[in-house]
Amino acid sequence: MSAQTPIQFYDQRQARFKNRLFYSLVAAGGLIVMAGLYAVYLMEHHGHIITGMNNQIVWGIPHVFAIFLIVAASGVLNVASIGSVFGKAMYKARASLAGLLSIAMLAGGLTVLMLDLGRPDRIIVAATNYNITSMFAWNVVLYSGMFSLVVVYLWTMMERRMNRWTKPAGFAVFAWRFILTTGTGLIFAFLVARQAYASALLPPLFIVISFAWGMAVFLIAQAIIYAWNGNAIAPEILQRMKNLLGVFVMGALYLVAAYHLTNLYFAHQSGFERFILVEGGIYPQLFWWGYVLLGNILPLLLIYLPGQGKTKSITAASLLVILGGFAFLYVFIIGGQAYPLNIFPGYQASSSFGDGQIATYHPSLYEFMLGFGGLAIAFIITTVSVRVLDFMPHDKPYIAD
Amino acid sequence: MNDINIQRRGFLKTSLGVATVVIAPGMLLFDMAHGKSQPVSGKVRWGMLIDTTQCREGCNDCVAACNKENGLSGGTNGQARSPLPNPLPQAGEGANDSLRETRLKSTDSQWIRKIELKDVSSGRELSLPMMCQHCEHPPCVDVCPTNASFKRADGIVLVDRHRCIGCRYCMMACPYKARSFVHEPLHDQNPDVPRGKGTVEACSLCVHRIDQGQQPACAEACPNKAILFGDLNDPESEIARKVGSVASVQVRADLRLNPGIRYQGL
Repeated sequence: MSAQTPIQFYDQRQARFKNRLFYSLVAAGGLIVMAGLYAVYLMEHHGHIITGMNNQIVWGIPHVFAIFLIVAASGVLNVASIGSVFGKAMYKARASLAGLLSIAMLAGGLTVLMLDLGRPDRIIVAATNYNITSMFAWNVVLYSGMFSLVVVYLWTMMERRMNRWTKPAGFAVFAWRFILTTGTGLIFAFLVARQAYASALLPPLFIVISFAWGMAVFLIAQAIIYAWNGNAIAPEILQRMKNLLGVFVMGALYLVAAYHLTNLYFAHQSGFERFILVEGGIYPQLFWWGYVLLGNILPLLLIYLPGQGKTKSITAASLLVILGGFAFLYVFIIGGQAYPLNIFPGYQASSSFGDGQIATYHPSLYEFMLGFGGLAIAFIITTVSVRVLDFMPHDKPYIAD
Repeated sequence: MNDINIQRRGFLKTSLGVATVVIAPGMLLFDMAHGKSQPVSGKVRWGMLIDTTQCREGCNDCVAACNKENGLSGGTNGQARSPLPNPLPQAGEGANDSLRETRLKSTDSQWIRKIELKDVSSGRELSLPMMCQHCEHPPCVDVCPTNASFKRADGIVLVDRHRCIGCRYCMMACPYKARSFVHEPLHDQNPDVPRGKGTVEACSLCVHRIDQGQQPACAEACPNKAILFGDLNDPESEIARKVGSVASVQVRADLRLNPGIRYQGL
């Protein structure tokens, strides 16, 4: 074959192209991070008046982004746990990539959460004055603990001399992330006075929903990494992973349904459910079209319909699950605050402070800039790490286990 | 005997004089800055009894007095709008936009507000002031990550503006929606009531007035004397005697927070 020289030439050109692509991707991510920081500067300078948030909707778009990233950061570790805790070889090969994605998303989510504070310059106060009864204070410990634990876990996997510690580290991460997502759910579950939140179903709901979102993020990252390296993922492996995504999506949908059905059963909650599921304008729209249809039904069809379930449709399904996740959180966080507090049961209330009224919220561009800035941080950490270290799954010849 | 060192005596006199001139103003300022030195008493439980039958619909005197006392721009006098408009068009979201038509913005701090109520089953209408209920078991204090929300020994729930990081979790937790977040830079603050952009604030029961033996501004301003302020723990106080003799309720008593504010005629 005389084609040796042209092949070499082609490879070099492709390598150079990939190099350029890598740097442009990092630069694009950097620009989005800069835009996010600019929004933070403006929010610090002018106050939160430039956001759409107000005294009724106190948590807005930044919290939707932050909570998505944090919940998905916990859920993506499922892949690692199935490998390290339950000993499945194909997941073990993917544990380090899952750990990396977790750290990246945690960093992005926490940055958004922190920079949306009224006084982010005082963040150190959260460490020096610790209120043991506050779920937020507990979450500060849970988030930073998880961050360090996953770093150690990655170290035990990537440093050969530390390999024997991988299993205990994997166990620790496995336990920690359950407690962490329970904590995230409890932030809302402990709000006894709010119709939307005071429910013991929220911690398990957040845990199962984290499985689905984390799996979706993982499948997208995996597809991109395989495509980048010109490899094709073994169909048996993809088959198993897409089935797992399908199970998680169905589990999450079940718990969301249970949450709404239990609310519907309590007479005093039916007004809220009517608002969030039927009459609330954008919230029922986003819930039914965004979360249920685009975020659940369509992905399930893409996964299970005969003829579907190939890489492209799995990636599309994963993207839809993520979009559905954002829709769910918008309805849950903002819709939940928009419905008025029932301060005087049995009375119709009105005031200058939004009592008895549905609160309005028009997210501003700055909030989106901050949110996307967080996504970009996660993107940059992942892209650079995958480039400089070996996070590519190395599958042994597949054996069903 | 005449060995007295005049020079030394002069030196001591001058030194004493200089020391007094240098230290005294500082001591004075130190004293002023620290105010009362003795801690508040835990035997006292400040509270209010609000007689809704005496509260007139449309009367806003308590709100105006609060805004004036605490230096809130408040909106009751139609203050200037924010110079920075919301960059996104105010597209209809299917929700109620009536707040925008009033002079108050949904971002304005309201430490006390008037609520108009209508009994759904009987149609009876009433009006009452709503503010921080100064709970014995305040959810805002429970959830605050930095202990910025705290309860004073005498039952007043306050926010330490130096510790508040502006996370707004207390606003999510308060069953009475009593708290506001400072969304804009502040100007011309009342020196007795320091506030801060990016922090959360609420009715302080006019703690600076209470500490000087005065009544909260709203109680003083009510033309019908509908707000009775006093020490719930003192059996001789007017409020304790009235709470013991007339029917009064705590709002959302089902939550068992034991608020210090009670309502009569609700």
